Amino acid sequence: MTRTIHLSLDINGGRYDLDVEPRVTLLDALREHLALTGTKKGCDQGQCGACTCHVDGKRVLSCLTLAAQVEGRQVTTIEGIAAENGELHPVQAAFVEHDAFQCGYCTPGQIMSAVACIREGHAGSDEEIREYMSGNLCRCGAYNNIVAAVREAAEMA
Amino acid sequence: MRDFSYLRASSADEARQAALQAGSALLAGGTTLLDLAKCGVMEPETVVDITHLSGLGGIEVDANGARIGALAKMGEVADNVGIRAAFPAVSESLSLAASAQLRNMATIGGNLLQRTRCSYFREPAVFPACHKRNPGSGCSAMGGITRNHAVLGTSDTCIASYPGDLAVALVAFDAVVELGGRTVSVDDFFLLPGNTPERETVLERGEMITAITVPSSAAATNSTYLKVRDRQSYEFAAASAAVGLEFEADGRTVRDIRVALGGVATKPWRVRGVEQALIGKMLSLETVETASRLAMEGAVSHGANRYKIELAPRVVARAILKVGGLA
Ligand SMILES: Cc1cc2nc3c(=O)[nH]c(=O)nc-3n(C[C@H](O)[C@H](O)[C@H](O)COP(=O)(O)OP(=O)(O)OC[C@H]3O[C@@H](n4cnc5c(N)ncnc54)[C@H](O)[C@@H]3O)c2cc1C
Ligand code: SF4
Ligand code: FES
Ligand code: FES
Repeated sequence: MTRTIHLSLDINGGRYDLDVEPRVTLLDALREHLALTGTKKGCDQGQCGACTCHVDGKRVLSCLTLAAQVEGRQVTTIEGIAAENGELHPVQAAFVEHDAFQCGYCTPGQIMSAVACIREGHAGSDEEIREYMSGNLCRCGAYNNIVAAVREAAEMA
Repeated sequence: MRDFSYLRASSADEARQAALQAGSALLAGGTTLLDLAKCGVMEPETVVDITHLSGLGGIEVDANGARIGALAKMGEVADNVGIRAAFPAVSESLSLAASAQLRNMATIGGNLLQRTRCSYFREPAVFPACHKRNPGSGCSAMGGITRNHAVLGTSDTCIASYPGDLAVALVAFDAVVELGGRTVSVDDFFLLPGNTPERETVLERGEMITAITVPSSAAATNSTYLKVRDRQSYEFAAASAAVGLEFEADGRTVRDIRVALGGVATKPWRVRGVEQALIGKMLSLETVETASRLAMEGAVSHGANRYKIELAPRVVARAILKVGGLA
């Protein structure tokens, strides 16, 4: 008894129409239905932060968000933060500059989280960055460089 | 995750009507509901999305107290200037919970209703025995790994601890849950497992939490939430304490004190024994340490969780010393 529902989503300023089962998460909608694979699936259970996106400017976990829930909201993914001309977002540039990754799997989530963390005003010290970035796990343990990147981006903001 | 039908409620009444149907579940932040649906623990037939309702997310603070709408987000409440000034323990209990992302999603109503649960509960395929999931089926935790299980309020059927932080602060300061038609104190809202661990609160089918109110008090203004855990952040409490304190005019004798425990009991655990032992006393390291031991009255360990009986009184003592200006 699979019923699909029709959704019209606002993602990175563009409109996307799709038909999905009600249970489809925002994460699966992005990756499996819309080919926006920048957002990563780590745990799929709200524990790792790899799937972090912004909804109405706030960082959230797309694996615990239904696609249906965000109709009428503005979704931003990692594909949507660089400038139109391709120039990297300052947080992206700081991650490159500080080598804030190894395998890179956690990186889109880290960057989306960091952009919001700085905007929230929670990047005032290394300690505060560590606390407010604790929802993003890095299996490669690139934490020191991630903190350095976030700090630099925060200082420039 | 089993598929379900999706209904976006356009009014609180519509949501309540839909929630009356067996098999339906309200979706607020979704961080418990979707998590447990993915584990196969919750299998709703209809998910009723209440995230688009307006008017249930306000936070008001005045001289009498705070009123927090059920749909206010954990993060908004944690950062609210009025809450931080009048109820620091409430703000801290939220900012020390989960992660920034989860706090942007999860609501105050949903937070109270995160399940009293254990890791066996989350794995139905591997551990079919769980009285809470399936009454009468047994308990996989008994004789298993019990490091995170409760030492207070347990029964022969279930020893899962209530893992939430906010409710611990709420129970310390006599907060009340508004359920539309009736109000219940947070203390009475939560039930002990007894022989019915599947029933965790007094919430009836079709009832919705609309708001939480917390009365002002001098003790609430001078309060803290201390959370001790296996890692520094993004972890549930091994033991936690919400404590508030008011001195007499001499600045040393206790006029009012509130103490509640988290991470060690089957429900948010107010410890009136500790409070009674300190009211009218001069605060000192010794009186505090002696009184804090009373927090473990009736505690029972189940093996690996024995450390909580030693840890929790120390957490209580540290929190009291902090609000008392002695640490
Ligand atoms: C990785 C992780 C770490 C976490 N760490 C912590 C922590 O350290 N401390 C802590 O306290 N919590 C922690 N949590 C739990 C989290 O705080 C809860 O999942 C969250 O608060 C639930 O709120 P929600 O709005 O997302 O609820 P939902 O998932 O939307 O709902 C939960 C339940 O309540 C019902 N419900 C929701 N709103 C209402 C209402 N208004 N009236 C009646 N019924 C309602 C739903 O039907 C559902 O059954 C953690 C969760 C995760 C996933
Ligand atoms: S402790 Fe409770 S929740 Fe855990 S397995 Fe036993 S009955 Fe289930
Ligand atoms: S994939 Fe969403 S938190 Fe891990
Ligand atoms: S860079 Fe590999 S997980 Fe973070």
